[in-house]
Amino acid sequence: MAYSEKVIDHYENPRNVGKMDDSDLNVGTGMVGAPACGDVMRLQIKVNADGVIEDAKFKTYGCGSAIASSSLLTEWVKGRSLDEATAIKNSDIAEELGLPPVKIHCSVLAEDAIKAAIADVKAKRGA
Amino acid sequence: MQFPIYLDYSSTSPCDPRVAAKMAECLTLEANFGNPASRSHKFGWKAEEAVENARKQVADLLNCDPREIVWTSGATESDNLAIKGAAHFYSKKGKHIVTSKIEHKAVLDSCRQLEREGFEVTYLDPDSKGIISPERVAAAIRPDTTLVSLMHVNNEIGVINDIEAIGKVTREHGVIFHVDAAQSTGKLPIDMETMQVDLMSLTAHKTYGPKGIGALFVRRKPRVRLEPQMHGGGHERGMRSGTLATHQIVGMGEAFHLAMLEMDADNARILKLRNRLLEGLQDMEEVYVNGDLDHRVAANLNISFNFVEGESLMMALRNLAVSSGSACTSASLEPSYVLRAIGLNDELAHSSLRMTIGRFTTEEEIDYAIEKVKEAVGKLRDLSPLWDMYKDGVDLSKIQWAAH
Repeated sequence: MAYSEKVIDHYENPRNVGKMDDSDLNVGTGMVGAPACGDVMRLQIKVNADGVIEDAKFKTYGCGSAIASSSLLTEWVKGRSLDEATAIKNSDIAEELGLPPVKIHCSVLAEDAIKAAIADVKAKRGA
Repeated sequence: MQFPIYLDYSSTSPCDPRVAAKMAECLTLEANFGNPASRSHKFGWKAEEAVENARKQVADLLNCDPREIVWTSGATESDNLAIKGAAHFYSKKGKHIVTSKIEHKAVLDSCRQLEREGFEVTYLDPDSKGIISPERVAAAIRPDTTLVSLMHVNNEIGVINDIEAIGKVTREHGVIFHVDAAQSTGKLPIDMETMQVDLMSLTAHKTYGPKGIGALFVRRKPRVRLEPQMHGGGHERGMRSGTLATHQIVGMGEAFHLAMLEMDADNARILKLRNRLLEGLQDMEEVYVNGDLDHRVAANLNISFNFVEGESLMMALRNLAVSSGSACTSASLEPSYVLRAIGLNDELAHSSLRMTIGRFTTEEEIDYAIEKVKEAVGKLRDLSPLWDMYKDGVDLSKIQWAAH
């Protein structure tokens, strides 16, 4: 299977790889997927007092398209409000990366990851 | 070194230049282009002579009679002819077939077709090393069993079945024994005097011959009968009609002749390279060899790098031509059914690489491969949340994952 240039770029130079302190109340963590299915994404966001995502980190176990989807997403969410980040659709990711039909599930997983991270930080802050 | 480095010899091998040279002598007007079935002129006689010479070369590698070799288009056709041909011919005697869960798709799909036609098939489980024991075969045979079909060497994990011992069981029970030997010619000795095999599928292109040509060994004593699957001019004693492809057949003959002459030297050299590769990779953490390492052909290494997904690994190894048991490489969601059947969990199956070494692999290429695989595994583990968790002492099997 041939990969798009954008997938290869994100795969070779992944942006925002890392891990944040989950005990920080301003950090939301979304971990989605399952090893048995061949992909697991962990996406973390740090939200400031204004409700804006000021940093994002990821680690992904999965194919090149899964790695690229999560890497791209960390770039996109930085500087956005939680509501803006919630509006990101998997189809936007798939389109940007030129994912073939068999890899659409990678972009779905990325959307699930950001939604889970946002829900996590909202729950923490609400608590 | 030439890139990418070819480490996928079990998928197919290049033609040996000596094979290609012989094939080129059978194509043009000046050369041996005739139809081997033409009885009325010299063109036909010359082509027939070349075909019969090749038949002898193939028979010699198996230590059998050349009259027991039927040309086909490859191992897939041979498997189809053997399984459907024998099952149908002996269907009055019974309609039960025994095979295993880790056979090639050509065998499994032929069996599925027979199931649709009303046959019953038992799919044996291999042990955790990938081996089918003669005892398991014996236990599965019933009064209405007519055929047992098992592979000599598994294509994914390179593990060897004890064909000689299984042949004793099937002969004792009066059951036809078919063996897919696509992965074993030129890699293991095959002797039809000592192996009680009734039908054996062969292919040229995994033994440095051309693609598109294979053969089926059909035993004469005791005689095995088949219903032909390809009808027509009655070639190959009626078992497989179709004009014989002289150049392909000559290529297969030469390839098997070279295999006989050079098998020992090839294997010794290849085993050294395989061991070098394994030693080079084994000093990393969480690396597992899949399948039995001792009962395995020299050419094969199937290895899992835990917490790294196979397709992303192959993406990092663009200068290496290898294959993976990861689902992502097959566009289905299931990882390798062979690795699953030997009891690997999905994670390790998704994390597997198959590297297969051949006649033209060099030590320099192996050293390069070791370096690149290590680099890629290191990089991808740094990216892997599972590796993080493993390092933090989290037991991944205790986590409730949301399957998707």
